[in-house]
Amino acid sequence: MAVNGSSKLELPENVFVSKLDELASWCRKNSLWPMPFATACCGIELMATGASKHDLARFGAEVFRFSPRQCDLMIVAGRVVMKMLPVLQRIWQQMHEPKWCISMGACASTGGVFDTYAVVQGIDRFIPVDMYVPGCPPRPEQLIQAIIDLQDKIQREGTITGREFDTAGRQARKRALVEITSPLSIDASRNPVLQRELAAAAEAIGPRT
Amino acid sequence: MPHPCPAVDDVVAELVARFGPLETSVFRGQTRVELRPADTSDALRLLKDRGFDLLVDVTCVDYLEYKGAKHRYGLVYLLANTVTNQRLTVRAYLDDPDPSIRSVVPLWEGANWLEREVWDLFGIRFEGHPDLRRLVMPEEFTAHPLRKDYPLQGRGERHNFPVITRDHS
Repeated sequence: MAVNGSSKLELPENVFVSKLDELASWCRKNSLWPMPFATACCGIELMATGASKHDLARFGAEVFRFSPRQCDLMIVAGRVVMKMLPVLQRIWQQMHEPKWCISMGACASTGGVFDTYAVVQGIDRFIPVDMYVPGCPPRPEQLIQAIIDLQDKIQREGTITGREFDTAGRQARKRALVEITSPLSIDASRNPVLQRELAAAAEAIGPRT
Repeated sequence: MPHPCPAVDDVVAELVARFGPLETSVFRGQTRVELRPADTSDALRLLKDRGFDLLVDVTCVDYLEYKGAKHRYGLVYLLANTVTNQRLTVRAYLDDPDPSIRSVVPLWEGANWLEREVWDLFGIRFEGHPDLRRLVMPEEFTAHPLRKDYPLQGRGERHNFPVITRDHS
């Protein structure tokens, strides 16, 4: 870089100026390491996506790691049953920031046809999801499209300090409208057993002064 | 001394002689015997001694609102003779409240998980079972979901998890 007499910046041809946020996002989006949380037939398509014919390596995301501590993109492929959900949440929490989640297929996104007592009706009820892939199961092209879209999202929103994940600040204004009275993190509204227990506990404590 | 592998009819006749008149039926060449719950453990021991040495499955049927049913639960033991390839179905009917029956784990080790599964999904208690815990549902689950009076979509158990947001993780 050189400054000439008229205080104008002159850059060599192989140098260009960007923001640090954009540089970080550019690095991150082109080296996504997926965590394959494959529980059903979507997992087969996920494997096909990584294999030679569709070759996820073209988008820098071929390094599937089976340890969540080495991953930054969780791909939930298949239905998640209620016995599996605590495992899913734990794996998600073990992944390092910045991290993203793709919900692949109808079952992971909504429970699909499995509207039964055992199957979680969409993982986005319990963990954050960035991209949804429709299909039953989706073709590898669809998953690749989701990864490309996620790369776009990372490039557009990403910051080097991860400010885009600071949802507490973003949500605070919305939350101010709804006063949360219960400190419980468990949703009791749809569980009659829990409601009875809560009512019994409230009775035992007595009326609030 | 009886023959080591007598014919199914002879075995059934021996069961009748020992446990009184039993309801039996034959469907496509396979025999089914209905036993009283109190007799099943002894009867299955006798059947094992007479060559029905393989316990193929223990399962259950909930006959709630079933046309013509006299009992709520039908417990089914599927036996096989590994020498002659004969098969025998043994049924025992149980009712609410507290449907329970003697465990057959002392006879067949393999009944352990089968009975745990029936306990998990139908709530049949197996007395004398060494480790009667749930098999397929989570341990904190309280219902028995294959009972016909359990709603298909559950009683809210599948929604009963903490929500992890971006702020927590």
